[in-house]
Amino acid sequence: MASAKSLTRSDSGKVRRVVVVGGGLAGLMTVIKLCEAGVPVDLLSLVPVKRSHSVCAQGGINASVNTKGEGDSPQVHLEETVYGGDFLANQPPVKAMCDAAPGIVEMLDRMGVPFNRTPEGLLDFRRFGGTLFHRTAFAGATTGQQLLYALDEQVRRWETVDVEDDKGERVPGEKMVRKVEWWDFLALVLDDDGICRGVVAQDLKTMAIRAFPGDAVCLATGGCGIVFGKSTNSVINTGTASSEAYQQGACYANGEFIQVHPTAIPGADKLRLISESVRGEGGRVWVPRDAKERRAGRDIPESGRDYFLEEKYPGYGNLVPRDIASRELFKKCFHEKRGIFNVTSNKNENEVYLDVTHLPTELLRKKLAGVLEIYEKFVGDDPYSNPMRVFPAVHYTMGGLWVDFERHAGGGVVMGSPRNQATSIPGLYAVGEVDYQYHGANRLGANSLLSCLWGGMVTGPAMASYRKSLARSAWDSPSSFFDKAEKREEKKFAAILTLDGGENPYLLHEELAGTMLLDCTIERHNPTLDKVLAKVEEIAERSKRVGVTDRATGKMNQGAQYVRHLQNMIVLSRVIAQGARNRDESRGAHFKPELTQRDDAAWLRTTLAFHEGATNGTPDRVRYVREFDYALLGTRIHVTDAVDTTLVRPRPRKYETAGAASAAASSQKPPAPSERPAPRAPQGDPTEKP
Amino acid sequence: MAKSDHKKVRLKVQRQDGPGDKSYWQEFELPWEPHMNVISALMGIQKRPFTTRGDATTPVVWESVCLEEVCGSCTMRVNGRVRQSCSAMVDLIAPEGQTITLQPMTKFPVVRDLVVDRSRMFEDLKRVHAWIRLDGSHELGAGPRQSQENQETAYPLSRCMTCGCCLEACPQVGPLSNFVGPAALNQVRLFNLHPSGAMHAGERLDAVMGEGGVEGCGKAQNCVEVCPKDIPLVDSIAAVGRDTTKRMIQKWLLG
Repeated sequence: MASAKSLTRSDSGKVRRVVVVGGGLAGLMTVIKLCEAGVPVDLLSLVPVKRSHSVCAQGGINASVNTKGEGDSPQVHLEETVYGGDFLANQPPVKAMCDAAPGIVEMLDRMGVPFNRTPEGLLDFRRFGGTLFHRTAFAGATTGQQLLYALDEQVRRWETVDVEDDKGERVPGEKMVRKVEWWDFLALVLDDDGICRGVVAQDLKTMAIRAFPGDAVCLATGGCGIVFGKSTNSVINTGTASSEAYQQGACYANGEFIQVHPTAIPGADKLRLISESVRGEGGRVWVPRDAKERRAGRDIPESGRDYFLEEKYPGYGNLVPRDIASRELFKKCFHEKRGIFNVTSNKNENEVYLDVTHLPTELLRKKLAGVLEIYEKFVGDDPYSNPMRVFPAVHYTMGGLWVDFERHAGGGVVMGSPRNQATSIPGLYAVGEVDYQYHGANRLGANSLLSCLWGGMVTGPAMASYRKSLARSAWDSPSSFFDKAEKREEKKFAAILTLDGGENPYLLHEELAGTMLLDCTIERHNPTLDKVLAKVEEIAERSKRVGVTDRATGKMNQGAQYVRHLQNMIVLSRVIAQGARNRDESRGAHFKPELTQRDDAAWLRTTLAFHEGATNGTPDRVRYVREFDYALLGTRIHVTDAVDTTLVRPRPRKYETAGAASAAASSQKPPAPSERPAPRAPQGDPTEKP
Repeated sequence: MAKSDHKKVRLKVQRQDGPGDKSYWQEFELPWEPHMNVISALMGIQKRPFTTRGDATTPVVWESVCLEEVCGSCTMRVNGRVRQSCSAMVDLIAPEGQTITLQPMTKFPVVRDLVVDRSRMFEDLKRVHAWIRLDGSHELGAGPRQSQENQETAYPLSRCMTCGCCLEACPQVGPLSNFVGPAALNQVRLFNLHPSGAMHAGERLDAVMGEGGVEGCGKAQNCVEVCPKDIPLVDSIAAVGRDTTKRMIQKWLLG
């Protein structure tokens, strides 16, 4: 197909920018790759990018560099990631990610991330869930923050670099990156052929609405944990952008897979994460053996402690994957009523101990200070001398916008293919937690930072290729085309400002979240899910009668913005709950106590969801499909729900035995016992048997 | 929570409808909850937007993201002291049910209520070239080896959230001066410590040598007092001060 005449300027002389929405790790990495490919970017973000949710990642980033001589390799990383995800992830993108991981960590090291070091000055690595290897590079216990800052710094440098035209001449007044911070994504701008030509967004300081043309658009807008209310997620993670894209026709995949992290601390506003790295460094989970134990945690002797994860899963112990650990904690507290006994309330709380008091203070200060400081500040208790009290909390969105990949004959993906990370809407890309690509039915710890970075490394070149082959630039669309999109969104916003019903939007969200949290997370029963779905419809109906809490115009109005986010969260709740209802099996984070087996014959497939808007009288509904076609640069591409399992053959998932997660690794000797959590008292440690 | 006689949380909030508007005070009263912090109290107002006197009002507007003191967003003055409001636990700051006052920072323009615009801090990071000059993000092998000691010096400096506490507390930062402030100077030290960053140490030192640079520090040492991450800001400023002096002398000697 014929492509546009100039790569830097449109026929009308404008600089041909692309749009990236979201300035967390995935968005920033995408921007860096675009800039290196000579593509100027408008970077839109809800918050100053340095404050994105990536800052919350604590424990580290996985890369099989094998500096500890344990026999780790990208192949083992691939096998363990796929196994940890219960075989729901397409394997070629996972392979590509694991192969690239060592290079990614080296790049971050070059960018100046202050990773912890070994005595020889090399990067240090620690253990994380679902593996026996030391694979996780880390910067104290604030690794996400440090990675985000490093990328933020690189993007800031690109903000100072001039755009050059095809002849290499400087375009005055145009920088490679234009940051547009404190703007809320409202909608995609689609042309008559359904091609994405830009976005409409709203300035949160003035509430002005404006279209941003883009030769390609990327959503890097994160997960939707706030659908469940209080979680480990930042308050901005409402999933509003992915919900909008879905409502405009993008396919949403595996929505029912929501990760619950086993160890978080209670709070009135948020459930704060206590990183898996705490267990990676030797932290142990236990409850008192006596359900009515009245002594404080530190006063309970070894004989009075039930290390239930270590006992049930001798192979991986406290580092079983998160779905398994969360279910065990839930079982202990909810079903067995063995949570920590509270003398004041005279009941067993939904809390278990996470104990690091046996570990050397020096190690804790050097490797975990950041997270222990959170516990100290928010609970007001000293975790160095008292076991922490924790409980599971909603943490990560495995599902998300469906994205494509082009499989390489060697098993990975074809770099630079415009299909990589492409959504079902041509011209729209998605990357990071907002996509569904890398983690299957359960994400392994320390793989999320990796998938964000790798995703960005793939998305940048994919968007550059797409833009290169584009027949007509978005920047040559008539201004009336974008005016129309702006007008449509202005009308929608004006409608929100007139809402004067009796429902408080914040309370309505609390009600929705309460239902989703209670009945659509760790354990899912079909009859209850039916009730959840009915509740979602009830709330959808009531949301039409909310009263906007703020009618200010021309200035920051968070009340009106919140109504929009609430509407979009309701839509995603339906996708999540209906997907859970449909999937009659247990796989990874999706668990039905009545159907505890994984059913590969019926369900080794991707859930593909499309939005069907309300028509007279019938509410919005989710249309699930087994296959669909989408058009990219004039080629029709056929998509099915089959999962590419060509690299690692599906097998039952068990963590009782050491090494079970990787066939390639089971021939290797597991790490030396000295590297593992030191038990307090001598006890049989079956992990030593391969 | 030991005492049961103050099951109310009282807030007094300095509000401002928009940039340049006059500020005014409003008071709120909410039921106490376990684990309550300033943020959850503000969230309570969203659910029931009435003042203590029972007047309907708009919910207070504030900025927040992570709520675990790593993003820097929710910085404001709590009982007159600048800090993150997420880690301001109600039981600690008002153990007897005292009124908690909330005000926006004063060194940045107010957007609305407790929200201020800290863009200048990000612009300052450009000014001091707070980045490594990377050849590219393609594979070029490992970075330079670094000692554990170097990492242990750099890491605390790198935890700066650009929250603005140090600028708020600094008597030298204000409308009458263009002093860049402790946060950006700390970044100069951080990047000049890195083996690759050190290759361009000179350009960072030059950036803070003139007007509004490191010389602007009045050594009040308020910055370290308020830094929520205990960053040794005074040491950083001193280190950058020494290095700029050395560079000045070198430049003068070498002409």
